[in-house]
Amino acid sequence: MKNPVMTASGTFGYGVEFADFVNLEDIGGIIVKGTTLHAREGNDYPRMVETASGMLNCVGLQNKGVDYFCQHIYPEIKDIKTNMIVNVSGSSLEDYAECAARVNELENIPAIELNISCPNVKQGGMAFGVTTEGASAVVKAVREVYKKTLIVKLSPNVTSIADIALAVQDAGADAVSLINTLMGMVIDIEKRKPVLSIATGGMSGPAVKPVAVRCVWQVAKAVNIPVVGLGGIMNAQDAIEFFLAGASAIEIGTANFIDPAVTVKVAEGIGEWLDQHGCASVGEIVGQLNA
Amino acid sequence: MKKYIKDLIVKEVEFPHELYVLLKLTDKEPLPDTRPGQFVEVKVEGSPKTFLRRPISINYVDREKNELWLLIKKVGEGTHRLAELKVNDRLNVVFPLGNGFSPVQKKGEKVLLVGGGVGMAPLLDYGKYLKDNGAEPVFLLGARSKSDLLEQDLFAAIAPVHVTTEDGSEGERGFVTQHSLLNKESFDRISVCGPKPMMVSVARYAKKANTPCEVSLENMMACGLGACLCCVEKTVKGNVCVCKEGPVFDMNDLTWEI
Repeated sequence: MKNPVMTASGTFGYGVEFADFVNLEDIGGIIVKGTTLHAREGNDYPRMVETASGMLNCVGLQNKGVDYFCQHIYPEIKDIKTNMIVNVSGSSLEDYAECAARVNELENIPAIELNISCPNVKQGGMAFGVTTEGASAVVKAVREVYKKTLIVKLSPNVTSIADIALAVQDAGADAVSLINTLMGMVIDIEKRKPVLSIATGGMSGPAVKPVAVRCVWQVAKAVNIPVVGLGGIMNAQDAIEFFLAGASAIEIGTANFIDPAVTVKVAEGIGEWLDQHGCASVGEIVGQLNA
Repeated sequence: MKKYIKDLIVKEVEFPHELYVLLKLTDKEPLPDTRPGQFVEVKVEGSPKTFLRRPISINYVDREKNELWLLIKKVGEGTHRLAELKVNDRLNVVFPLGNGFSPVQKKGEKVLLVGGGVGMAPLLDYGKYLKDNGAEPVFLLGARSKSDLLEQDLFAAIAPVHVTTEDGSEGERGFVTQHSLLNKESFDRISVCGPKPMMVSVARYAKKANTPCEVSLENMMACGLGACLCCVEKTVKGNVCVCKEGPVFDMNDLTWEI
């Protein structure tokens, strides 16, 4: 990777939406919108509500399916010279494996991020990610058919995220990324109804950052595969926190909505911070918390 | 159309009404091309309860003065904060976003522009464009009361203006779809922007009159770029992003009950 900054799935489209604002090749990796075996319409509107220092969404993995991706979107993004990574989701072991197998055929996609933590789809998604057995089963199924780098995205909506991470590592994951959104809810008190169409949604933005840093710290101590940290990163200082907690790369999500050029600014800011602190690379600070 | 992120300069601040602020923004360089009906996403500083940018329609673009106007209704904390901006403040703007209203279809075409409340804002820019490009716009504007009718002199300088108010304090009493104009004249097409119930009733009129009709939506949105898929509207082609495929839609592409 040219730098440790990637984009979080679902916040950066397929990258091309942001090409007027940033040179996409200056971003370490672009994780594109969640892709499923079959097309999904997603949930009804309203799908988004703002909160203090963050937002909730219940998009529900709207996408046109993996075949559409391979035929129509892949040709548009395959020559972008950075790590173009596909986020893969599903609602059964077979769907996950089949979708991953299709993406495995795409030459210029070096990795997938397996989403076992989406809180916004009724069946599957997070259901796999909240038990060690479920997480292990889906990672094993995908590992059998997926030969390149397999990153598994974990849910914070669990009792022990470190146990899930260990199960995923044992099942053959090459890396873990965390956290996906925190499940939340907002109520319109006049209507006495939830604001979001499916009542609950995934919370993101700076409000969740301390939870994310804690999760990264716990997971990084437990596993020996690389950890990718995300959750509320708005600037380089936030990113440094994640590195110190044990992440060796980070993803930027919701911040893309506030500043479409934030990714490259964070990448530059990380470099400056490292220079100022006499560090040659991010590797020198990963997990380097003073006891 | 290339999109930009710019710190625009607040050149003038006007308060045409206690609930509205008109920001006239400028830049040291010529402002980028925009289309009528497109919108901007502005970043609100010093507003702890809001987090996302505010989508605001383009009210008017004055190329000679290099000004971009935003007519903003003070609704929540974000828009109230925007109303506190002062001359020479900077406002961070991502624009131009969305598709905008339809271009001129044929010389001399008669286009009815229906606006309600703050939905009138983008029709000023569109009306000017239509007039300048050989079409014949006609405005039909609806408001609660006379004082809610903004920029009337500017509308009138472009094309005939017809008005309804709910309390009868200006123009005809009632809603836009009750205006006598609709019984007297016919139009080649209609563009409408305003509260959804108003747009639905105008769409019903258009369907009955067999007149093409486009509506401008303002669903809650986050990114404004078609990336997050939060602002979707159900259409005959499935869920699509209002920020990218819209905000202007042919009413026949929507799934409204009309």
